[in-house]
Amino acid sequence: MNMLEARGFGVSYGKVSVVRDAHLQISAGQIVAVIGPNGAGKTSLLSALIGLASAHGSIVYEGGNVADLSVEARVRRGMCLVPERRELFGDMPVEDNLRLGAFSRPRRGGEAAEDLAAVYARFPQLRERRAQLARTLSGGERQMLALGRALMARPKLLMLDEPSLGLAPRIVRDIFHVIADLRRTGVSILLVEQNARAALQIADYGYVLEMGEIVLEGPAAEVAANPRVINTYLGLAARAQ
Amino acid sequence: MNLAIALWLSQDAVTNGAIYALIALALVVVFTVTRVIFVPQGEFISYAALSLATLQSGKVPGTIYVLIGGGIIVAVLDGLAALRRRSLKSLPESTLLNIALPLAIAAAARWSASRPDDLLLQVVVTIAIVMPLGPMLYRLAFQPLANASVLVLLVIAVAAHYVLTGLGLVFFGGEGLRARMFPALQFQVGVLTISGQSIGVIVTALVLIVLLALVFGRTTYGKALRATAINRVGARLVGISSEFSGRLSFALAALIGAVSGILVAPITTIYYDTGFMISLKGFVGAIIGGMTSYPLAALGSLAVGFLESYSSFWASAFKESIVFTLIIPVLLWRSLATRRSEEEDDS
Ligand SMILES: Nc1ncnc2c1ncn2[C@@H]1O[C@H](COP(=O)(O)OP(=O)(O)O)[C@@H](O)[C@H]1O
Ligand SMILES: [Mg+2]
Repeated sequence: MNMLEARGFGVSYGKVSVVRDAHLQISAGQIVAVIGPNGAGKTSLLSALIGLASAHGSIVYEGGNVADLSVEARVRRGMCLVPERRELFGDMPVEDNLRLGAFSRPRRGGEAAEDLAAVYARFPQLRERRAQLARTLSGGERQMLALGRALMARPKLLMLDEPSLGLAPRIVRDIFHVIADLRRTGVSILLVEQNARAALQIADYGYVLEMGEIVLEGPAAEVAANPRVINTYLGLAARAQ
Repeated sequence: MNLAIALWLSQDAVTNGAIYALIALALVVVFTVTRVIFVPQGEFISYAALSLATLQSGKVPGTIYVLIGGGIIVAVLDGLAALRRRSLKSLPESTLLNIALPLAIAAAARWSASRPDDLLLQVVVTIAIVMPLGPMLYRLAFQPLANASVLVLLVIAVAAHYVLTGLGLVFFGGEGLRARMFPALQFQVGVLTISGQSIGVIVTALVLIVLLALVFGRTTYGKALRATAINRVGARLVGISSEFSGRLSFALAALIGAVSGILVAPITTIYYDTGFMISLKGFVGAIIGGMTSYPLAALGSLAVGFLESYSSFWASAFKESIVFTLIIPVLLWRSLATRRSEEEDDS
């Protein structure tokens, strides 16, 4: 079953079109990776899928077109974006950030408390810092908080924009571990990364986006074995970047 | 000046300062959440004070027609939007909120007008009339352009101010009204006679400020408002819609305006445009807080109260000019302080 399918999908800022005629598909329970160089339009693609940037084309999510819905309405239906800039509530404590993550869900029973405990179990560092203001966190902790806040919404489709950006290798490993683990809980994941190697390793399917166009797609192992991808994104030159 | 006069001026200063502080807090809430510099805040004060005085004279205040008319326009717009979306799910709720509720409040107003001695009922009805005007105003004037620049929003706010002041003139006329004193009590503390009105104003202001602090610090909705103020995109991504925050912040502003109006109604004669002057002084207080800091805005408003009170003693002809001239050094100081903090800002 398809979780999400975007057809004839384009994104533009005013007259400038930055993503053109993309066709993107995510099956339920899969991790789909979108890789591509800086400026290719990856962030724009995710912003438009969640409704922050203006898009044209159709976005079918769980069988219904959501292209006309507001960001909030999409979030209520289980779409969730961890943006490149994280967009945390800097002047609020860590725990309030997490609790607000559940804002879109009906507030009843102990569900939110359970989810909070689960997030703390996944990221023990956040529990230690739960009374600290979000803006005082380190880069890795901020990413954990952004992920944790998203998980509080119990997303069905989680979109991650460069979760490894600016993080130390050890933390990158942790984060990718969490992402792979999330799939086991049934969450579908759309993962955007410049770190192509790590992304294709955990993904089921991959797209390569260049200059706003999808130039290559296929099962993640095939994409990773493609000579052009090896040269541009996985080779020594790419690693030296 | 002797001690008695100084104390008396200070009492006056704190009383007025408390009102300005309430207004400043409302302005800060609205600005941080919606980026609107809320010029029409003063109209809520005028509307509430005039409605209260009118109810006390046994008549139904004209503000009820503003409420009913505004409700009808909102309901029609909601209906059209629903048709466009081809989903009528939201219609019953909109009708209830924008048509049935104003009519119910109108009925309550008639009942209250027939009981001119029931002060509590008058206060409740006054708040019930004025508070829904906040979200309605947001829905009509600001929601359609919520993403416009601060300047465009300011222009809309000025326009809304003129429309509401005009309506105030239509429904209340140019003459001033004054509400009856609340049950009078007076204390003698040394040389100073403390009036019950002053105490009432200060205590009510403090209670409202504490309540607001609790709402913002403890409740989910209060935190959602703060979240929108801190990071608009982040708030939308967790499902807090700008529309929701906008209406809620305007409802709070209208509530604060209504309470302020009720507090000043027995102290001064209120004309249809008096609220604007009061809110301008709250605005000076809010600017001292950089439009973002609640404690600084409250302290600034208190300072405005003192400046006004003492300058009315020494140079009463210039008291307004002195207060508003204060904006200039404050703006200079804030613009320097703001530039520094913007450089640090990167989350
Ligand atoms: N808000 C914006 N307004 C105008 N152009 C933008 C905006 N955001 C991104 N762009 C442009 O769109 C292109 C794609 O950017 P982006 O989506 O951030 O790419 P990526 O995430 O792959 O690095 C770039 O050329 C960038 O300059
Ligand atoms: Mg990007």
